[in-house]
Amino acid sequence: MRRIISVLLENEPGALSRVVGLFSQRNYNIETLTVAPTEDETLSRLTVTTTGSDKVIEQITKQLNKLIEVVKLVDLTEGSHIERELMLVKLKAAGSQRAEIKRTVDIFRGQIVDVTSSVYTVQLAGDSDKLDGFIQAVGTSGVLEVVRTGVSGIARGEKVLSL
Amino acid sequence: MELLSGADMLIRSLQDEGIEYIYGYPGGAALHIYDALFRQDKVKHILVRHEQAAVHMADGYARATGKPGTVLVTSGPGATNTITGIATAFMDSIPMVVLCGQVASTLIGEDAFQETDMIGVSRPVVKHNLSVRHPEEIPEVIRKAYYIASTGRPGPVVVDIPKDMTTPNERYEYVFPKKIKLRSYNPAIRGHAGQIKKAVDMLLAAKRPIIYAGGGVILGKASGQLTELVRMLGYPITNTLMGIGCYPASDKQHLGWLGMHGTYESNMAMHHSDLILCVGARFDDRVTNATEKFCPGARIVHIDIDPASISKTIDADVPIVGPVDAVLKEMITLVKESKEKPDADAIASWWKQIDEWRAFHGMRYETSPDVIKPQEVIEALCRLTNGEAFVTSDVGQHQMFAAQYYKFDKPNRWINSGGLGTMGFGLPAAMGVKLTHPDDEVLCITGEGSIQMNIQELSTCNQYNLPVKIINLNNQALGMVKQWQDMNYESRHSQSYMESLPDFIKLAEAYGHVGVRIDRKEDLETKLKEVLAMKDRLVFVDIYVDRFEHVYPMQVARGSMKDMWLSKTERV
Repeated sequence: MRRIISVLLENEPGALSRVVGLFSQRNYNIETLTVAPTEDETLSRLTVTTTGSDKVIEQITKQLNKLIEVVKLVDLTEGSHIERELMLVKLKAAGSQRAEIKRTVDIFRGQIVDVTSSVYTVQLAGDSDKLDGFIQAVGTSGVLEVVRTGVSGIARGEKVLSL
Repeated sequence: MELLSGADMLIRSLQDEGIEYIYGYPGGAALHIYDALFRQDKVKHILVRHEQAAVHMADGYARATGKPGTVLVTSGPGATNTITGIATAFMDSIPMVVLCGQVASTLIGEDAFQETDMIGVSRPVVKHNLSVRHPEEIPEVIRKAYYIASTGRPGPVVVDIPKDMTTPNERYEYVFPKKIKLRSYNPAIRGHAGQIKKAVDMLLAAKRPIIYAGGGVILGKASGQLTELVRMLGYPITNTLMGIGCYPASDKQHLGWLGMHGTYESNMAMHHSDLILCVGARFDDRVTNATEKFCPGARIVHIDIDPASISKTIDADVPIVGPVDAVLKEMITLVKESKEKPDADAIASWWKQIDEWRAFHGMRYETSPDVIKPQEVIEALCRLTNGEAFVTSDVGQHQMFAAQYYKFDKPNRWINSGGLGTMGFGLPAAMGVKLTHPDDEVLCITGEGSIQMNIQELSTCNQYNLPVKIINLNNQALGMVKQWQDMNYESRHSQSYMESLPDFIKLAEAYGHVGVRIDRKEDLETKLKEVLAMKDRLVFVDIYVDRFEHVYPMQVARGSMKDMWLSKTERV
């Protein structure tokens, strides 16, 4: 099953390599990984999406917790949560395609953030399924380049991940 | 206000940490530190002949004393040579701090002379590693390193020290922190009371219980509590290879150790039990055999300081995370207070069954009038030292024979590389033990393959007068490899034969020691007595043993715990 694990990590050099190293060392899967400092400059927040059986996920969270620099973590998929990913896509957009692409971007609530005579650059945010859906809708033949940030997530309601 | 250079701060911190010995080897990036070491006499440095041996020495010291070991090496090859030793300590959860020199911070990343990214190289085999980024941090980094290494589930910690952090003429204020608190590291100090209660209820209701104890009992200094609980309950106990000595082997409730080369009765009792109380062990593959066939009728209570060890390979019905001594203490109190008592009839018939398994004599070997059997050597040693020696071993058949036939009644006396299985561990580990236990008998039981992996340390033994006794069970082959080739590869002995063995007697003499060869059965006992009588000499005893002997019992690959070979022809 796919899981989103959110980690508060000491913002220190080498801490990220320990997390990434753990996944390869123990043969766990990383699908996406995002990391950035938080409002508290001593902490980074890292979000990793992974897949595995319940037993594997339990081991992943336990092994992550064992890393000295991991301060706290939560498996967001255990409760209701919001996940978002940002995508920038360059699409071939010439002649009659231009209007069609514009309409599809609107349907997906994306924005065209850069334009040339033959290319649209589209920005789109949402969960990973929505981003996949957009690519499918415009068709891969028109896609020139895709860049995705990977998943960030946060719990719904009053639950917070903090010290 | 006291101003010290980084190098002096480092040594001073070690003094304040109460460190007695450092095992190490100097080199460019560590020279400021070695100079600071020279200008004091509180911390003693032992100069080894290869950095790997320094780590095993620190490891042997830690296993025998329960205190963290300390290693000091230079950057690059000095640091990378420690990796096998660090991995050995990591697999067996041994507390240790490895201080590594590093090229100056201004050179890091430039492929400077003797530069290696030791933080990166060591990462998968350490509990944690730390880099010094400013000389002023040194006392705190050192304090932190020992704190992390020796608390919770212990393990090795590497500290990387760039040369410019120890420059002699740059001085800073020295403050040794009294206490270390890490917001992200808080090992459990007691178990969950509700879980402990549940475990005790299950224990008292069990019909076929068994206690399965591991190295965690020794690391957690809980042998006393374990022995008290087991005696109070009157239940059978087995332990892992790493747990040898956590419960007296001579006691009638003790079934011997379990697993791949464990006793018949231990493996049978585990397989047929209805309740397993696992204390500080981790259901390692060398214990469980095929996990899907593991102990089908047993419910499992698992006590461990490390939550990640619980339900990793075998699911626990009642997990208890906490230090084993504290948890066992609470269990003892609850058993005493409980109105429920063990089911006397059920336990009596369980013991009757176990005694039948015992009577089957799974641990047997055939003697011969002509050749010395390796098992006989160990039994003779156990007799002649009253079972009270510190015994280190290398890895292979001799290790299994030593563990099977030397009977340990006390913890911290059986010292081997159980997790990583490191050949070359035995001699330096024995040296680490002998250094702090000069009046105790220290035996290194080894083979002609393993001993050659760190033989250069005979020189260190000479320099520091470390009269250990090296018992070389010489079968002129890599015995365990050969055994597997006999069993699984139709006796094709690919590269397992040791041609051109050195004359170990002359070799020992060349290093300034005594060499004794034993190749006749009738000499065994008398010569061993003579060897043990040479209290102040290192004696290398080269014993020619049966070249064809196998270690039994041996679990059948991919079987359950009860599937074993008991001899070359007998399978149960």
